[in-house]
Amino acid sequence: MSAVGQLGAASAAPPAKVERSGRRFTGYLLLLPGGLWLLLFFVVPLVSLLAASLYDPNGSIESGFKMTWHFQNFVDTMADYARPFGRSLWYSLLTTLFCLLLGYPLAYAIAMKAGRWKNFMLALVIAPFFTSFLIRTLSWKLLLSDNGFVVDALKWLHILGPDGRLLATTTAVVTGLTYNFLPFMVLPLYASLERIDPRLIEAGGDLFANPFTTFRTVTLPLSMPGVVAGTLLTFIPAAGDYINAQLLGTPKQRMIGNDIQRLFSAGAYPTAAALSVTLMAAIVVLVLVYVRRAGTEELL
Amino acid sequence: MSSDLVLNGISKQFSGQRAVDNLDLTVPSGSFFALLGPSGCGKTTTLRMIAGLEEPTTGTIRLGEQEITGLRPYKRPVNTVFQNYALFPHLDIFENVAFGLKRRGVKDFKPKVEEMLGLVELSTYGKRRPSQLSGGQQQRVALARALINRPQVLLLDEPLGALDLKLRRQMQLELKRIQTEVGITFVHVTHDQEEAMTMADTIAVMNGGVIEQMGSPAELYDLPATTFVANFLGQSNLIRATIIGQAEENITVDVHGRKVTVPLPRCRVTEGDVWMGIRPEKVFIAAAGTEQSNGSNQLRGAVVTDVSYVGVSTQYLVKLPWDQELTIFEQNTGARGTFGVGETVDLHWLPTHTFVLDADQDAHAGVEHIDDPGGAG
Repeated sequence: MSAVGQLGAASAAPPAKVERSGRRFTGYLLLLPGGLWLLLFFVVPLVSLLAASLYDPNGSIESGFKMTWHFQNFVDTMADYARPFGRSLWYSLLTTLFCLLLGYPLAYAIAMKAGRWKNFMLALVIAPFFTSFLIRTLSWKLLLSDNGFVVDALKWLHILGPDGRLLATTTAVVTGLTYNFLPFMVLPLYASLERIDPRLIEAGGDLFANPFTTFRTVTLPLSMPGVVAGTLLTFIPAAGDYINAQLLGTPKQRMIGNDIQRLFSAGAYPTAAALSVTLMAAIVVLVLVYVRRAGTEELL
Repeated sequence: MSSDLVLNGISKQFSGQRAVDNLDLTVPSGSFFALLGPSGCGKTTTLRMIAGLEEPTTGTIRLGEQEITGLRPYKRPVNTVFQNYALFPHLDIFENVAFGLKRRGVKDFKPKVEEMLGLVELSTYGKRRPSQLSGGQQQRVALARALINRPQVLLLDEPLGALDLKLRRQMQLELKRIQTEVGITFVHVTHDQEEAMTMADTIAVMNGGVIEQMGSPAELYDLPATTFVANFLGQSNLIRATIIGQAEENITVDVHGRKVTVPLPRCRVTEGDVWMGIRPEKVFIAAAGTEQSNGSNQLRGAVVTDVSYVGVSTQYLVKLPWDQELTIFEQNTGARGTFGVGETVDLHWLPTHTFVLDADQDAHAGVEHIDDPGGAG
């Protein structure tokens, strides 16, 4: 009996080894294409951006930039661009808040109440993506224009004064941002709401929680992963957006993205790069603090 | 204070489909009551209507003096142990158990939660999450979470369905112990007849949205009222017969030319075609031609077609002269001989073990659960 066992083990061992090393390579092989892509189009540009932020600001595209480890760039840009920088964060915070207020009920209704209309309603949420971001924002320009029906209606209702306008205001910019980023809020919210076992909500009711309390103590905490994902997907791109401020605002609504874009076009690479790095760092810090505070790790 | 649970003329319609049909039911206060039936028989719907999770299409539900038919679930003095438990995954065990007390604004809930965790033997598990517990432990948390509220009625929806056989047996006894200890009315929904028989004082057998029969486990088993109950609760041999006479307290039926006696109270009908029923373990096998003198009913000339030895008993399949097969369990006491395949035998049993049912029913109603014990109701 033991001889048979040994024989079996001996003959089975070599193929097992081959298979195991093959398996070890499979993981790396799968990582390779995406890894190369990220290396080429993320790590390399990131390093080049970090480098550019430390170039001598007195250079130009024609004469080239010298690497002088000019950390003063960060101090100078912050002094010059603190206002649009703060405005960007403020606008994206407002945008995130409005997206959450509009998106949560919408996602909740689709996930919990839509029944057989669920897929249709989800398709409607995604439908704007079939038109380009730029075109959609341009149509908002028409929609909010001084002769548009929205302004007329608001004037008739006396919400807007006789000289009031929507276009070229903060309201227009934040409205545009909210519109453009709403699907990014709704989809993760929907995904996490849809995953909640309806019996948990029934259990809340069974254990003396009225519908509001059940929402507060069961549904909302269970949907926190969606809230975190949705707010991040809204806040991060909104903070770097410049299309909405450019098309729907005036220089007074200028966001940091507009300045970065302008500086890059004007060839002021070190300044533009320093602004970009600062924005990136600010977002990373904010996100880290936020995710920590939200405490959703254990739910993920 | 009597707080019997009374369902009166309860019906529930789901988009044209009638799940529960004009149900009348009284669950005495403090009893362990089982709703037993195959999946889709309406037992879970009935339970959900008591919990307030479904609204009856017609009828009323009363709990003691209070009518609760239209009351929202969170206002009912009723708690549920859900199928698959429905524990809150974002709360630890302590918070799960404390949930109901907190919602009712009970200030000093901590010692109560600890006491309840002790009752279900999970005292040291308070800080864990439901996902870190085994199925049996989760089941006990679900029970503790409901029981801590001292509901007037505790509803259990297939509470042991997700556990393996050994754990299930253990939890059956555990549940029975806890019910006796706390004295709360338990309404237990299950498709498992053994589970219902082990735990419940009273069983209501449901089929097709109506209650087929209600009584103690022994009553239902001894004298089933329908072929469905006869087959669903244990096994039965049902033989086509015709009633030919009545003498004093006995009915005489003709079974393919042979006369069989049945006491009158054990007959659901007293004339015409009937199903004559007998439980497999109540039938004795004897060598062909053996005379029985104790007034037994007899069928002669059966042939053994299959013998399975299952330890405590031997299971025979015997074929009667009219080609019907009967199942017979003989206890392996060692006092009686065994028979082999192909042997001709006589069958005998006591008239007081015989029952007679209306022949208008399907003789195979309720049989399928032997092949398919799974499935939720």
